[in-house]
Amino acid sequence: MTYVYFPGCSLTSTGRGYHESLQEVCRALEVPIQELEDWNCCGATSYMAVDESKAFALSARNLALAERLGNGSTQMMVPCAACYLGLNKAQHYLQEFPAIRGKVDKALAAAGLAYSGRVQIRHPLDIFIKDIGRDKIAARVAKPLAGLKVACYYGCQLVRPYAEFDDQHNPTTMETIMTVLGAEVIDWPLKTRCCGGSLTGTIEDVGLRLSYIILTEAQKRGADLVATACPLCQFNLECYQGKMNGRFGLNGKVPVAYFTQLMGLAFGLSNKSLGLNRLFVPLPERRAVAAGGGAHVRG
Amino acid sequence: MEKWQGWDKIQYEAGLDPHFGTKIASIPGGDKLLACIQCGTCSGVCPLSPYMDYTPRQIVAMIRAGFKAEVLSSYTTWLCASCYSCTVECPKEIKITDVMYAVKRMAIQEGVYPKRFPTPVLASEFFHSVEKTGRSTESWLLVRMYLKTNPFKMLKQAMLGFNLWRRGRMGVGVESIKRKDELHRLFTAMENETRAERRAGQEVRP
Ligand code: SF4
Ligand code: SF4
Repeated sequence: MTYVYFPGCSLTSTGRGYHESLQEVCRALEVPIQELEDWNCCGATSYMAVDESKAFALSARNLALAERLGNGSTQMMVPCAACYLGLNKAQHYLQEFPAIRGKVDKALAAAGLAYSGRVQIRHPLDIFIKDIGRDKIAARVAKPLAGLKVACYYGCQLVRPYAEFDDQHNPTTMETIMTVLGAEVIDWPLKTRCCGGSLTGTIEDVGLRLSYIILTEAQKRGADLVATACPLCQFNLECYQGKMNGRFGLNGKVPVAYFTQLMGLAFGLSNKSLGLNRLFVPLPERRAVAAGGGAHVRG
Repeated sequence: MEKWQGWDKIQYEAGLDPHFGTKIASIPGGDKLLACIQCGTCSGVCPLSPYMDYTPRQIVAMIRAGFKAEVLSSYTTWLCASCYSCTVECPKEIKITDVMYAVKRMAIQEGVYPKRFPTPVLASEFFHSVEKTGRSTESWLLVRMYLKTNPFKMLKQAMLGFNLWRRGRMGVGVESIKRKDELHRLFTAMENETRAERRAGQEVRP
């Protein structure tokens, strides 16, 4: 079965490393993906704040295009947490509120589109663990991430309020994958705390505080790096570290990578193909060398 | 009337908007708002509440009581990062995040937010850019927001922009979908539907 891939705006710009590594990992795991043709923006959090019904219309167009592509049994792969939430929210509201459904159906018809409601919106974490399975991931590991301590960070919108693939309060999918890759995961309480979202761009001081709290806690608990599954979380946590050093005394730098980049590393794929050259803070050199592995994390 | 220091700070019922609560509660699934038991769970779990002028629990109480002017001009809703912590923990299943969105929409519609305050400006700029092209281009979005709020800050952010560009993480072109006409027809139909609802007296929601 081919998954319809919805990258979203961030993965074409600040989140390009996610886009690249996700595609590489799918290729390595033989997960067929096809990019949704002419997809539009999901609306993110800003659209809801201006016009709710148009926000639903935006998502409805994407869902209608995906449904047309998948012949009624579409599985949509959505890596960005904000897109994942936006599409899921539209899906839920279309189901729950007939008035919204009626309005959106009429608007879709005016644009020559239709949506019956059968697309399944899924995050790659969900697909990797449920459809592919840990055994297949384990079989692909060529250079285990032994000795690397990872803080798995999910952020907010990936698990709240709609994720069904994992626990809202204590999700563990990323930890399972990291363990399969040979890494060590740290136990910490902030894995679903908000990174500040778009506040870093608007009310910067507050946004930076939120990101700083997450990074400093991961550091205190001995993490070598933070693994993320959302382009906005990755951007906030990584790209503003210089400012956090000055303002709050963040101690040094904390690498922040996409979980797909770490999967690719363990699979032995090249740094460049995984977009690791795009990171502001390079990943740590491997300290302990795994038996039989012998390669550096930076490969 | 006697006038002593702070006499104008006292609120009387006549100054409240009795319909404000029901209006906000008219959003889809919003009726539960009126059942709030003021437990404070939302404020307790909200990662932004330490920085807000009114906590989420206070905002819910004020909406219900009709403190429209205070709610619309508070910073609380603009600090809300839509993290949904409050929504999933509320024992009365009140969709507080969506209530915050409704307040944001009303404040933008009525033009009552602090001048040059970046959050509503970013939201509006985002809205217009997506309406035109179907996609958002982060770089241009931020440039326009800074120009409208604090151009000086743009200079301070230039280094970040350069560093992103250098790593291929920020384009200089404007992203766009191919079939913009399809999207415009969709939006126009949506607007017509909303207008028809308003005429029929159904749509009073923010
Ligand atoms: S958590 Fe729910 S019931 Fe409790 S104060 Fe907040 S809105 Fe009211
Ligand atoms: S959604 Fe907004 S109000 Fe609710 S907990 Fe998150 S930041 Fe606070």
